[in-house]
Amino acid sequence: MRDQMSAPLQEALERMKTDRLVPFDVPGHKRGRGNPELTEFLGADCMAVDVNSMKPLDNLCHPVSVIKEAEALAAEAFGAAHAFFMVGGTTSSVQAMILSSVKRGEKIILPRNVHQSAINSLVLCGAVPVYVNPQTNSRLGIALGMALEDVRRALERNPDAKAILINNPTYYGVCSDLKQITALAHEKGVRVLVDEAHGTHFYFGQDMPISAMTAGADMAAVSMHKSGGSLTQSSLLLCGPAVNENHVRQIINLTQTTSGSYLLLSSLDISRRNLALRGVEIFEKVKRFARYAREEINALGGYYAFGDELVNGDSVYAFDTTKLSVNTLELGLAGIEVYDILRDEYQIQIEFGDLGNILAYLSVGDKTKNVERLISALEDIERLYRRDKTGLLETEYISPEVVLTPQDAFYAEQASLPLEQCVGEVCTEFVMCYPPGIPVLAPGERITQAIVEYIRYARAKGCVLTGPESMDASRLKVWKGK
Amino acid sequence: MSLDDLWYSEYHTPNVRFSIRVNRQLLNEKSDYQEISVFDSPEFGRFLTLDGVLMLTERDEFIYHEMIVHTPMAVNPEIRNVLVIGAGDGGVARELSKYKSIEQVDIVEIDRRVVEVCKEFLPHTACGFDDPRIHLHFEDGLKFIRRVENRYDLIIVDSTDPSGPGEVLFTREFYGSCRRALTQNGIMVNQHESPFYPDDARAMREAHRRIVGVFPVARVYQAHIPTYPSGHWLFGFASNGLHPLRNLQGEAWQALGIRTRYYNINLHKGSFYLPTYVEEGLKTYEPEHTDASSL
Repeated sequence: MRDQMSAPLQEALERMKTDRLVPFDVPGHKRGRGNPELTEFLGADCMAVDVNSMKPLDNLCHPVSVIKEAEALAAEAFGAAHAFFMVGGTTSSVQAMILSSVKRGEKIILPRNVHQSAINSLVLCGAVPVYVNPQTNSRLGIALGMALEDVRRALERNPDAKAILINNPTYYGVCSDLKQITALAHEKGVRVLVDEAHGTHFYFGQDMPISAMTAGADMAAVSMHKSGGSLTQSSLLLCGPAVNENHVRQIINLTQTTSGSYLLLSSLDISRRNLALRGVEIFEKVKRFARYAREEINALGGYYAFGDELVNGDSVYAFDTTKLSVNTLELGLAGIEVYDILRDEYQIQIEFGDLGNILAYLSVGDKTKNVERLISALEDIERLYRRDKTGLLETEYISPEVVLTPQDAFYAEQASLPLEQCVGEVCTEFVMCYPPGIPVLAPGERITQAIVEYIRYARAKGCVLTGPESMDASRLKVWKGK
Repeated sequence: MSLDDLWYSEYHTPNVRFSIRVNRQLLNEKSDYQEISVFDSPEFGRFLTLDGVLMLTERDEFIYHEMIVHTPMAVNPEIRNVLVIGAGDGGVARELSKYKSIEQVDIVEIDRRVVEVCKEFLPHTACGFDDPRIHLHFEDGLKFIRRVENRYDLIIVDSTDPSGPGEVLFTREFYGSCRRALTQNGIMVNQHESPFYPDDARAMREAHRRIVGVFPVARVYQAHIPTYPSGHWLFGFASNGLHPLRNLQGEAWQALGIRTRYYNINLHKGSFYLPTYVEEGLKTYEPEHTDASSL
């Protein structure tokens, strides 16, 4: 048992400071002295540890001392065989999982409601996506988890599949039956990759849905900077015992910076210690906040703040009760509209609004009085803005028809067409509704009338559509071949 | 008096300091919400501070409490049910209890310790709590009012500055809930910060902007309070329709024979006529057709 009280990277940085090492290396701001305006803005303590790899601080590309120790502590805290500190966001963790598991032409099974980083990885490596339609909840208009039967069928139909990717949980807090799916996939020799961008707390809280490592999955991408409290862009990649970590490191080093930020790395180290020592109490507090807010918001009448009553033993195998997702359709308001009103009229910034829901992100940093403000603002919005709900789009899940692999489509001969003329064509770029950043179209997919209508509707409701070269998605690039 | 040169100081801005010579500190403690202190001073008697900010002194509290209570009462002497948010010192309650016609006063104060401390050290204001019509609720004001509808004839928002626990009492959601909680002839008055120093003036403008967005009638009036920053303090008067001057019932109020030291009917009228720079600061947020000169 290692000492979870220690934080090797923090300690090494502190030693470096007290040793008063004279810097004749990068970064050129030299502990902030060369950039007084930036130092004034970010703080001298922060600039003093923005340093480069050096022997006492180890090297992220080839860790042999303090980074290695810090990663070992993280692995232990998360119950993994190995942990990688990542500095390119959880996007880089997802990418490393996929690139180290599937090659060009190999199949990977994944639910359609994956984060764009997963499909981006397929453009890079040339693997073939096999989508499992997630079940949907039509009242809420959200995609749920994967049903076990659907996974079984996908595995049977694709005996050559090399890997399966699972969200644990989705942005809204929905978990699939990770343990059974993992067992099923392993029976077939399929590697299990888990996107735990929203699940850091599963490793530390009480009565939480099962974590990837506990479920026996092979790899997991964990956004420490979300519920874990580390700095934005820092992330963890966890590996189970069956994964060759040295191969994974090679894959990571294909795209990772050779100047990993010590601000990000130390934030991972310190946050891991905090979670290991105080995780239970931290997430009990978050759960209390969420439970209270759900009860109060549901008492308002027009909203539906959903929780573990959605659990159905299959497509909602478990629900993450730290999430505060609220459906707004009964008010006649799209989630994105409530999201905008909250910010513009009430100075409350929430995580996202999609077409039917909003998600308020709760964490240990919240204060009771701010939770009260959110509830009261929702009450006020209900009173002032409620309207007839006809005309709101029912559901937002559109099942894709994959014609080309993402890589083939992305690099194919293509032409740009106005959105209206795209029906029937094969798209060669991404269209994302952001947030939550789940693809509406991925490269290689057929553009249907329903998709064109959805894009128009989302744009009219104020969603930001990202991905296409045409910034407002008024045109799409399509495949010229066939 | 002590030979020590003891002074309480409050920074009204980072560059302006207001000080009162202190005989001694009677209490200092941290409650769940804030740091509470009581001092005794030769000039202002005892005074209460929350998080280092002076709330009231025995010597000049009457100005604030009379202005926040009697101004709406003279516009509608029929007021029966009153909600007071904040006001843990009891001063508002003391003034309200002068009206026989009032049936019930709910006081919602988030910090129980403020009430207890005031009862112990500031009996001259805390005596207001003794009236049997007064009901104390130790709760979050925003939460209390959220589910109330059409119940109060008057809501008095006696808050701290928007930088402390009083922050929620300056939000649009709070004002929205207040409007719903008021009866048809209901009035909301609130502590409205000061127009002079830039930070206070910003808070004043923000509060006004939000109130104007919620209430059809939103006016601002003033008083001179020696121990508050710049000495020039504002109150907000908002309602569903009652106007603070056109609906003023001066004679009816005078007939009640209520004894005051600061407030009177002439002052009531005058207090709504604001200095030009204050009017201009507020007017930015008002709809085109109203302006202070249309009083």
